[in-house]
Amino acid sequence: MKHAGMTTKGKDHTFFQKKTLKSLTMPERAGQDEVGDLWHKCVKCHELTYIKEYEKNAKVCQKCKYHARLRWNERLACILDEGSWVEINADMRSGDPLGFASEGEVYPQKAASTRRKSGINESLITGYGTLEGQPLAVAVADFAFLGASMGSVFGEKLVRLIDLCLERRMPLLTVSASGGARMHEGIFGLMQMAKTTATLAQLGKARLPHFSLLTDPCYGGVTASYAMVADVILAEPGAMIGFAGPRVIEQTTRQKLPADFQTAEFLLEHGMVDRVVPRKELRQILSSMIRLYSRAEVKAAPVVFTLPVRKPAPNEARYAS
Amino acid sequence: MPAKMRGNRSLLPSQARRPLRKPAPALTPPPIEPVTVLPLEVQTIPATSDETSETWKRVQLARHPQRPHTLDYIKRLCTDFVEMHGDRRYGDDQALVGGLAEFEGRSVFVLGQQKGSDTKENIARNFGMPTPEGYRKALRLMEQAEKFGFPLLCFIDTPGAYPGLQSEERSVAQAIAENLLVMSQLRVPIISIVIGEGGSGGALAIGVADRLLMLENSIYSVASPEASASILWRDAAKAPLAAATMKITAPDLLGFGIIDEVVPEPDGGAHTEPALAAQAVREAFSRHLAELEAALAEGDRETAIERMLATRYQKFRSIGVWEEGSAV
Repeated sequence: MKHAGMTTKGKDHTFFQKKTLKSLTMPERAGQDEVGDLWHKCVKCHELTYIKEYEKNAKVCQKCKYHARLRWNERLACILDEGSWVEINADMRSGDPLGFASEGEVYPQKAASTRRKSGINESLITGYGTLEGQPLAVAVADFAFLGASMGSVFGEKLVRLIDLCLERRMPLLTVSASGGARMHEGIFGLMQMAKTTATLAQLGKARLPHFSLLTDPCYGGVTASYAMVADVILAEPGAMIGFAGPRVIEQTTRQKLPADFQTAEFLLEHGMVDRVVPRKELRQILSSMIRLYSRAEVKAAPVVFTLPVRKPAPNEARYAS
Repeated sequence: MPAKMRGNRSLLPSQARRPLRKPAPALTPPPIEPVTVLPLEVQTIPATSDETSETWKRVQLARHPQRPHTLDYIKRLCTDFVEMHGDRRYGDDQALVGGLAEFEGRSVFVLGQQKGSDTKENIARNFGMPTPEGYRKALRLMEQAEKFGFPLLCFIDTPGAYPGLQSEERSVAQAIAENLLVMSQLRVPIISIVIGEGGSGGALAIGVADRLLMLENSIYSVASPEASASILWRDAAKAPLAAATMKITAPDLLGFGIIDEVVPEPDGGAHTEPALAAQAVREAFSRHLAELEAALAEGDRETAIERMLATRYQKFRSIGVWEEGSAV
């Protein structure tokens, strides 16, 4: 799994010192955002906005309020206090549990090239920081890394972050966007649904809140696990959120789907999310919730059992650290 | 073949005792009737290698229309069964059945996805693809099991949760997620067995168990072979290749340490001798349940339950393969 051009991010990685979003290298989605040097053209309403204005507005079109997809660091910049972010477990990389190689699709190669292109080691970035001075653990899924699919590293990074929440009594914010479980890890991908959700139960027992922000697009195994069992579920305006994708549903059922099908607003109307929150209001709402939930009465620590460590299966052994 | 293969095989006739990975010619399935859930052209794709064709044979056996389904097993395993309907929220889903039953002298809650044996029944059962109501009925029965302290036995047999407008309106994703959360904390022993197809989150939603078993010719995967092929190569016709690549058979999953046991089937598949297949499932359930109950009987009850939950949690918590530290 050799790859060049990637350096492991240190714990004191503080991208917030970079002043503008522009200074971050942002591969734009082909055919989606047209970004010139000075002007941004909205993918939805084609409105031209001066690029500095657009970025100051956290990539929300001022005319039609379209919320463009954000990379992980842009997302954190909208949420946490400047300079407060500390990333953990940044060096974790996916293994290859299935020995996946078929039809020109070789998982370790694909993962390595994705790491180079995206500048990150995995689709989930975890760490902590402060929001208006209040500690908050954050896990952000970055769609630019294999569709933010959930594999072993995604799952393990999330449960380790939850461990940290328990240890330091921090609330948890998960920001999800995902195509679902990672196909290249097969059953290991699927099982991360159970792993992450079961760990959240531990957070719940300790009466620490989990806030889940669903962003565009959020599907499959992520929606059907930790992201949907939060204490508070928020969604970004216009975000597409669901279990099965609309194309699959149309093909399977030949049903005519409503125009707003699977949008954040559709979920709100059907009682599946607490609020649809515009990007610029997110910090304020999160801040209030952290403060109000922090008054929860803390129960005595639950009984902890020391269990024998499970012997790794043959395929796992070579990755044992 | 993994040495971990367990199970009292003496319950099966001698011809059924054979290594799993090297199927005797007898495993060659009998002529397979078209499986109703798939377009026919997918069935006739020639396999490209031995491994692909062997896996695909298992996929076809797992989906065989005459294969015993959840209610067949419940009826053969349980001496009494009272089916319960409805989720008390919206409706009753025929694709996921369950109720209170008697298994070897104890009361248990049983549930599972239910496929049909012919087109008419399959339409009524929605081809074993549950809607949110199915998962919420399952949730209700899980909570019943916990309330009365009865073990929970789950039969997994679904291509996946139903992808449809209504499923999304009432959030099948939320229903699945809630089941994962509740099962991980349910204070009674849970045993799940994949008896046919274990398709994606729709299968896992009743699969967070203390013991996870698979019938010899069942499959368990992150997505159906067709969906996997279409996601990976934008070509659903490559399903047999996807099935082999993604390692979805019972022996594969035993090798990964994901499941606890492969339950043997009669030669030719469970549909050839349903009574024998049910007998093997009974034997496995009986043994695992006895083990779990014995562990619960040790010492203080509350502590024993916490220990069971911690063990269940640790089992799922430890699943994953990764690298750490600076790049190799």
